[in-house]
Amino acid sequence: MFPLVAQQALVRRRGKVLVGPVDLTLAGEGTTIVIGPNGAGKTTLLKMLHGIVRMNGGTLDWACPKAEAQRRQAFVFQAPVMMRRSVVDNIAYPLQLIGTPRKEARARAAEWATRINLGDALDRQATLLSGGERQKLALARALIREPDVLFLDEPCASLDGRATREIEEILQCAAAEGTRLIMSTHNMGQAQRLADEVIFVLQGRVHEFSKAHNFFAGPETNQGRAFLRGDIVE
Amino acid sequence: MADLLDGMLRAFWLVVTLDSDLVEITLRSLRVTLTALAIAAAIALPLAAMLSVRRFRMRRVTIAVLNALMGLPPVVVGLIVYVFLSRSGPLGVMGLLFTPTAMIIAQVIIIVPLVASIAHQSLRELWSDYHDLLISMNATQVQRVKALLWDGRRALLTAALAGFGRAIGEVGAIMVVGGNIDHATRVLTTAIALETGKGDFAMALGLGFVLIAMAIAVNLAIHWLGHTESEGRW
Repeated sequence: MFPLVAQQALVRRRGKVLVGPVDLTLAGEGTTIVIGPNGAGKTTLLKMLHGIVRMNGGTLDWACPKAEAQRRQAFVFQAPVMMRRSVVDNIAYPLQLIGTPRKEARARAAEWATRINLGDALDRQATLLSGGERQKLALARALIREPDVLFLDEPCASLDGRATREIEEILQCAAAEGTRLIMSTHNMGQAQRLADEVIFVLQGRVHEFSKAHNFFAGPETNQGRAFLRGDIVE
Repeated sequence: MADLLDGMLRAFWLVVTLDSDLVEITLRSLRVTLTALAIAAAIALPLAAMLSVRRFRMRRVTIAVLNALMGLPPVVVGLIVYVFLSRSGPLGVMGLLFTPTAMIIAQVIIIVPLVASIAHQSLRELWSDYHDLLISMNATQVQRVKALLWDGRRALLTAALAGFGRAIGEVGAIMVVGGNIDHATRVLTTAIALETGKGDFAMALGLGFVLIAMAIAVNLAIHWLGHTESEGRW
């Protein structure tokens, strides 16, 4: 599936360039963390790479046919969308989409629910869950198809420390099982804990792309250094 | 005032004694209306879902026309159906004029735009929630439509009930195509019109109260079966 190669990839809305042009090559291992100030284009960049935002220019190529690449990836949104179903039916839904029999899909979903500590809430309506529980459910729903790539858009935004730790544990398990994580975050501590490589995005462009230890030891650009210091970067 | 009181007493008496004519007319009203509603729902609900998830050239025009058709004059619908089903009309050979089937056809034409428009309003909002999620999961158009119809089922119930209300109270079209024939096509509304014409206001009011009571009963039954308004459901 990898490498993922973006060449001059561009997203424009109403004449304004939101992201790009982006030239980027992502290899198949490790966890990539996307950082940058608000409005820099992190979310749009992730959605573009995942394919739910249409590009207005450039190319984006996986090392396999596009349809196959789409089947082998998943996305977790910053504000997790809860389908109007029970917890178990939410988690089982992606399996049902690929034709898994309902009974089998629900059994596997129940296993996942137990794994994320929602085993006693299988039949609860998903919209009644707390923020942390919703995000865990969204993760389980994304991981149940065992994707090769998981995109995450600030999955721990507005969660407390305990919920963040639970999410990170699930992510580390997924990474250990071979899922490639590409995730945006505002939390520098989290970025340092999880990242193997860092993409620093500014004004819709990939400003810096380097190994995590290199970036956190000393960014190459003034903007990168200022961002790490906590200065306001625009 | 005396007529009103007399009407209530007559209604009470007709119900208590299970008047055979009343039972026959009421059952026919229910049969015609519920059949029309089932057919209309089978057409309107998928149509509303398709209009929510698909983008095509004439989509806005289609929605505008559908909304405009909500105000379709029933008598005109009746007249058009009459022309089609009359002996000299294109469907005259089927011999459907002045039958309950003709009444059902007229009611379907009247309530499809209403049910579709109300359903579309609900499903459009649901689709704005689900859009990124279902695209991310690689759901096909048919799977998207199914997800919307299933998860929006309680909102769709409201659309169906609006259609039921319109159909059960309809008189103009079914009078034209049904002919208000005793023991054949007479329903509650046409019977009320007949009794009013004869000057028997008490009987007309009695039938009217039965009609209102039946509409409320069906609404309550559907709400009860659909478990609406219970905690954590939609």
